[in-house]
Amino acid sequence: MSTTSTKNEHFQDHLMEHHHKENFFTKYIFTMDHKMIGKQFLITGMIMGIIGVMMSMLFRLELAYPEQSFPILEFFLGKWAPDGVMDPNMYLALVTIHGTIMVFFVLTAGLSGTFSNLLIPLQIGARDMASGFMNALSYWFFFLSSVVMIASLFVESGPASGGWTVYPPLSALPQAMPGSGTGMTLWLISMTLFIVGSLLGSLNYIVTVVNMRTKGMSMTRLPLTIWAFFVTAILGVLSFPVLLSAALLLMFDRLLGTSFYLSDIFIGGEVLSYSGGSPVLYQHLFWFLGHPEVYIILLPALGISSEVIATNSRKPIFGYRAMVGSILAIAFLSFIVWGHHMFVTGMNPFLGSVFTFTTLLIAIPSAVKAFNYITTLWKGNIQYTPAMLFSIGLVSTFVTGGLTGVILGDSALDINVHDTYFVVAHFHIVMGLSAIFGMFAGVYHWFPKMYGRMMNKSMGYAHFWLTFITAYGVFFPMHFLGMAGLPRRYYSNTAFPMFDNLADINVLITYFAIIGGSAQLIFIFNFFYSIWRGPKASQNPWKANSLEWTTPVEHLHGNWPGDVPVVHRWAYDYSKPGYDEDFVPQNVPLAEGEESGH
Amino acid sequence: MNTVSIIVLIVLAILTIVQVMRISEISSSIQDGKDNQVSEKDNDTQGKILLLVGMGFVISVLVMYWAWGYHSLPAPSSEHGAEIDSLWNLSMLIINIVFFIVQPILFYFGYKYRGKKGTKAVYYEHNNKLELFWTMVPALALAVLIIWGLNVWSGLMMPENEEEPIVIELYAQQFNWTARYSGGDNQLGYATVHEIGGANIVGVDTEDVYSSDDIVTKELHLPVGKPIKFEFRAQDVIHSAYFPHFRAQMNCVPGSKTYFQFTPTVTTAEIRQNKDVKNHVGEVNDIRAAKGEDLWEFNYVLLCNKICGAAHYNMQMEIIVETEEEFNAWLKEQKTVAETL
Repeated sequence: MSTTSTKNEHFQDHLMEHHHKENFFTKYIFTMDHKMIGKQFLITGMIMGIIGVMMSMLFRLELAYPEQSFPILEFFLGKWAPDGVMDPNMYLALVTIHGTIMVFFVLTAGLSGTFSNLLIPLQIGARDMASGFMNALSYWFFFLSSVVMIASLFVESGPASGGWTVYPPLSALPQAMPGSGTGMTLWLISMTLFIVGSLLGSLNYIVTVVNMRTKGMSMTRLPLTIWAFFVTAILGVLSFPVLLSAALLLMFDRLLGTSFYLSDIFIGGEVLSYSGGSPVLYQHLFWFLGHPEVYIILLPALGISSEVIATNSRKPIFGYRAMVGSILAIAFLSFIVWGHHMFVTGMNPFLGSVFTFTTLLIAIPSAVKAFNYITTLWKGNIQYTPAMLFSIGLVSTFVTGGLTGVILGDSALDINVHDTYFVVAHFHIVMGLSAIFGMFAGVYHWFPKMYGRMMNKSMGYAHFWLTFITAYGVFFPMHFLGMAGLPRRYYSNTAFPMFDNLADINVLITYFAIIGGSAQLIFIFNFFYSIWRGPKASQNPWKANSLEWTTPVEHLHGNWPGDVPVVHRWAYDYSKPGYDEDFVPQNVPLAEGEESGH
Repeated sequence: MNTVSIIVLIVLAILTIVQVMRISEISSSIQDGKDNQVSEKDNDTQGKILLLVGMGFVISVLVMYWAWGYHSLPAPSSEHGAEIDSLWNLSMLIINIVFFIVQPILFYFGYKYRGKKGTKAVYYEHNNKLELFWTMVPALALAVLIIWGLNVWSGLMMPENEEEPIVIELYAQQFNWTARYSGGDNQLGYATVHEIGGANIVGVDTEDVYSSDDIVTKELHLPVGKPIKFEFRAQDVIHSAYFPHFRAQMNCVPGSKTYFQFTPTVTTAEIRQNKDVKNHVGEVNDIRAAKGEDLWEFNYVLLCNKICGAAHYNMQMEIIVETEEEFNAWLKEQKTVAETL
């Protein structure tokens, strides 16, 4: 640790000596300051989120009123909605890009990118990330990949349309669907850039957490946010390269005529020359990332909510060690469960048994987390900030969505609901809603740290209640569609009379989706309004313990004006007996005779 | 009409925002802008709303079960389906118990412990006995589900046959299904994409001795009470053969064969008399009659359940389950490969 502190002193001298002037470009665009990079990730993620949510509203309109004409569809989709009726290919394109954007651009880069960057140096007591340049590079790869993904929406043959998992051969053959042409090539290029950016970021997070913690900040004193970001980064480093290889091989099959995934195909009136490949190989590679990806999305949200729930319950997080243990257990298990996405691919039944076993085990650490959250609320003194409401919302959706995982993870039961709306309901609630609630909680909670101002709480409340109610209104009824056997990714259900009596449910879902989507305008308005007009924040508005609240409100490069604070205790000494205040920041030395316990 | 309703919705949404904004401006000016901290009143109000909305959600789940529960698929029409449904029911029972206990507790604690001035939270950081308790209880419940689940799964995937199953190939292409019966020898002839052409839609190799008695059809007839072994092939992209009424599903993968075996237990004629099915058909036909569409008669159906292109949503095949005599009579009328190619 002593080397670290000398380094910090050097850094401080460096700051004093060269106080170079910043212009617009060095401050906002090519910045290497972790706080600004975090904001860049957030704003980009928000823009992508708006696009992703708008897409879902368009296809929800189609699902509620199949094959009907809406001028708004023609306005947005042009030739893909002749006379206002959505083309089936465009429907598939919208669900594909909606999934891709929400999973990768919003909930991976937008969530993890924002808060890992903002909080890791601030909460561990470091001046910045280990490599500021790599960090900036990570954002710019992400930015470039967003631009390519958006550009793919405008190509002649349409964007990628094979579902966000882009299984070959569908995604490999332009003859199979128009979206598998240029749009798909751009999708693969965009994802390649995205993965590079994500790897640069993750490596940086790991190195920073391991090497740059301030004096006294042992691993067992880290806030749970940092544990979550740290483990998430490890997951990313181990799994994203596998997706990269999957994407590269797919590109070879598409552009160079190799046969990694393709074999014995007759399409468009001719036999193609591919031979010996296996489409199922792609699925193995994809889901080897794909399942850890679920936790890459979820863990940061769980970390954020742990922090927010403890702070606002004015209580220590219950079972800190069990919380860390369950994060590690979930992370480990997430690498050996990918096959539960593939129960019906015809893989060896023995493998199916193994994956059922490992998958259902994940329920145990997940249950521990849920119960620990609830016990943290017990006998608390709960402060209802909008962040706290979103965190409680997260616990609710995590439980609701997690429970249906017990059904889907069981291979024998999965057979009948695989790829139906039951699955859509499950992953939207457990992963989508939980993660987006965690992200909102994070924005409301750390907005004062990001912009030095407070967000409007009344709008925050309105935003939460509308979002919470409509989100369940959209996704809960989908369980019933799935139990009726309705497959997902159907442009319309009218081809099967057996689904005719489900039309009303689809209309109801669409109403909720439109209201819920529109309610996000409140958040966006509040966010931008508060950046410029919000009331000035005090240094520690939530009376929290972690180190980020010991930095001045005004941002400064290097975070602390004087020495980096030294840590004497864990981050959860809330309402500790013997103290008048109900919080004791981490940098407060132990009182005489006080035991830290951590 | 729809356009109007959308415009109305958008206008309403904008109005909501404007109103909320005005209210908050006014209220924050009353609170002399104390940097927007939560007050005791906020805690009280939000805690109460949380209880109200939370319980509202829990009750609405009950309402949904009551209102839509009957939409679930009718009782299974296959032997293994009954076992899947028992396991399903037990799993649903367990997760519903957890749901209806945990959610109310969450919302109640949120309400009960809403912040009040002058109170201090209890410093309670861990309790290993509690942790052990809620590690073991889920572990035990899951042990039951895992053991039973694996049992059902291996029974499904590695069935022990008392009699030799009838072999039928299901062939998937954009965007339709074709069936090939193996004929008297119960052996499918070799087939490959290289033989596709003209009337030979599934690419049967006519040189192969096993192929001559194969029968290619566009309808799927199955004899009741006989085990049937399906072999799946796909010619272009991945498809998935989904038989919801039989609790069966298997992907069809270009370049390799996949298998699934089941025994149908209820004929089409019988299931049309099933009370749940009759109600379902009645409800659907009321809707169809109101729209002036043709009335529906219940049929088992095979759906494609893996995204496969523009007409994925309309890739289907009728399944007719009939008595063995009816089945044999139907099969006899069909032309063999030797007769057609």
